[in-house]
Amino acid sequence: MNGTGQHHRPLRAALVLAGVGALLLLLGLLIGSGRFEWPWGGDAPPILADIVWSIRAPRSAGAWAAGALLGLAGAIAQGIFRNPLADPYLLGSSSGAALAVALSLSVLSAWAHTPDAQAYIAPFLAFGLTGVAFVGALLAVFLTVGLAGGATQGPRLLLGGVVVGVVLGALTSFVAFLNPAVLLNMQGFMLGSTALLSWGGVSRMLCVGVVCLLCAVSLAKPMDALSLGTTTARSLGIPLARVNAMLIVLLAIATGAAVAHTGLIAFVGLAAPHAVRAWLPCKHGALLVLSSLMGGALLLSADVMSRALFAPTELPVGLLTAVIGGSYLLWRMRRVPA
Amino acid sequence: MTRLLTPLLLTLAFLFSVAGLSVSANAASPPHTAQPVTAEVSASVVAVLTGDDGVSVSLPVAAQRIVSLLPSLAEVLCDLGACDRLVGVDRYTNWPASLQKLPRMGGGLDPNLEMILSVRPDLVVMAPSSRAIPRLRALGLNVLALEPKRYAELRRTYAVLGRAVGRSDGEQLYTGLHDRLLALRARIPSVWMGARLYVEVSSELYAAAPSSFVGQTLTALGLGNAISDEFGPFPKVNPEWVVRLQPDVLVVSQASAQSLNRRPGWPQLAALKQGRVCVMSEAQADRLVRPGPRLYEGAQWLLTCLKALSPPQQTTRRATPAS
Repeated sequence: MNGTGQHHRPLRAALVLAGVGALLLLLGLLIGSGRFEWPWGGDAPPILADIVWSIRAPRSAGAWAAGALLGLAGAIAQGIFRNPLADPYLLGSSSGAALAVALSLSVLSAWAHTPDAQAYIAPFLAFGLTGVAFVGALLAVFLTVGLAGGATQGPRLLLGGVVVGVVLGALTSFVAFLNPAVLLNMQGFMLGSTALLSWGGVSRMLCVGVVCLLCAVSLAKPMDALSLGTTTARSLGIPLARVNAMLIVLLAIATGAAVAHTGLIAFVGLAAPHAVRAWLPCKHGALLVLSSLMGGALLLSADVMSRALFAPTELPVGLLTAVIGGSYLLWRMRRVPA
Repeated sequence: MTRLLTPLLLTLAFLFSVAGLSVSANAASPPHTAQPVTAEVSASVVAVLTGDDGVSVSLPVAAQRIVSLLPSLAEVLCDLGACDRLVGVDRYTNWPASLQKLPRMGGGLDPNLEMILSVRPDLVVMAPSSRAIPRLRALGLNVLALEPKRYAELRRTYAVLGRAVGRSDGEQLYTGLHDRLLALRARIPSVWMGARLYVEVSSELYAAAPSSFVGQTLTALGLGNAISDEFGPFPKVNPEWVVRLQPDVLVVSQASAQSLNRRPGWPQLAALKQGRVCVMSEAQADRLVRPGPRLYEGAQWLLTCLKALSPPQQTTRRATPAS
């Protein structure tokens, strides 16, 4: 069945998705707070070029990068669990990041008025919350793996992820209860936001994304074997524990990097690999690349819509991805007979 | 395959830490660069203002185009006579009415960066807790982080914002306001002195303790507070706890007022049975709860409300029940 026509389809799909991403990126430069604006040419106000370069460009590129990370993480998660419902947040990274952010926000608000600590707060706000969220996401995944007693136990991993998610979620609520002032700030994190992305964040996400993608693609063959079941994979000589452990590390890093920069964005990680598989059947090597491109296009389109729909105010982008991703999955569910 | 993976992962860790280091170095730089700049051009700088986050802003001239992303800061600026220098406010700012026509720049926590940049402000004032501050500073804007939560901070806010708009008497303006509040104390009927008020700032049962801004207003007026400070300025209260405290007066929002009788045990509250309830409209709640120039009006409203109520009998004035 692997005729020459079939063989080129993933490449063609990748080109299409990259093209869609580029078009959306251009659209992202033109749409901002208000109407559609062409920033080049004679009668454009000079401030517009600045706005396009320092606000719209990094947030559009950043939305694409975060979406790509989530799409990649989703494909990895679905590969690990051999379950199409697996989601990047399954192992607790979202709740770990949320708890870390809640804790540092409440420490910050307690410190904000003590003069000794003031000098440390500004740099902490700039990098600290991103870094802390990233570390929180990683620690939560490692906690899950620890509780499950290793990386090979699929169902136990899932259960561990649920437990970690619930317990860390409760701790987050407890922190917010002790310090209600962090609630509003937390809400921004929980709904996800691409509005504050800077070039620094974009370059960090792209670096992480490229490295994670390369590592994941290098594991594509064992992932293909894994999709046939653990017994078959073992009989093919795949070092199951090691491959799973490496995949989980990649999943944690990719998800953590996205969550740290944009907060909790729903459904992109779940829907992107689905959309790719529904479009064309492919092996993991292509699936990983295509899911990244699909995730980037999905989140960037949600970002552009979030700016355009109720301009000049902005919808939280996580709300839009949930609506888009949710309705897509619903449509798939109705189309494919049970 | 796995031989390839280890170096790749190491590269990843390296890249991430480098990216992190470079950003934290960038972030750390504003406070450092601020000092040499002020030292060199100190002759032409009218004010070096330090925000609540410890970051200083130097203004070469009094700020002429200000964006405020916190309602109480906009109110203080207007009280300082600088209403006409505001070029944008956040979506929650609702006083004075002349600000209604200004463009809304989102909220303090989710400001619209493009709109702020496009009005070319020379000063942005906002709460220090916002994650958007480093981003706005990176865009080259002068961001002064202030968030008055209590009287002492309101005094400082008056002083700092006064200097920002070229007035040296900001603190005196505050002192005058505070003196008027203290003068109001003499007009509180003596039966109400020390009466324990329960002020509910949210219908989700968050109450105001003495260390909150409205709590400080009660103290300044010589009124008591049914809630103690041990659980922070705005503790979430258990309805049963309030029944045991038996406050002399309930001060609640319109949203809460509807449901008071339906709260478990509350029909037992003497204050409720005897109608000693002050219901705040949203505007009145803003005046009373929001740290700003309208604190006097808020206190006046409270005084008017108390005067209209029948004073509590001495028997209901119990000490805090033993736990």
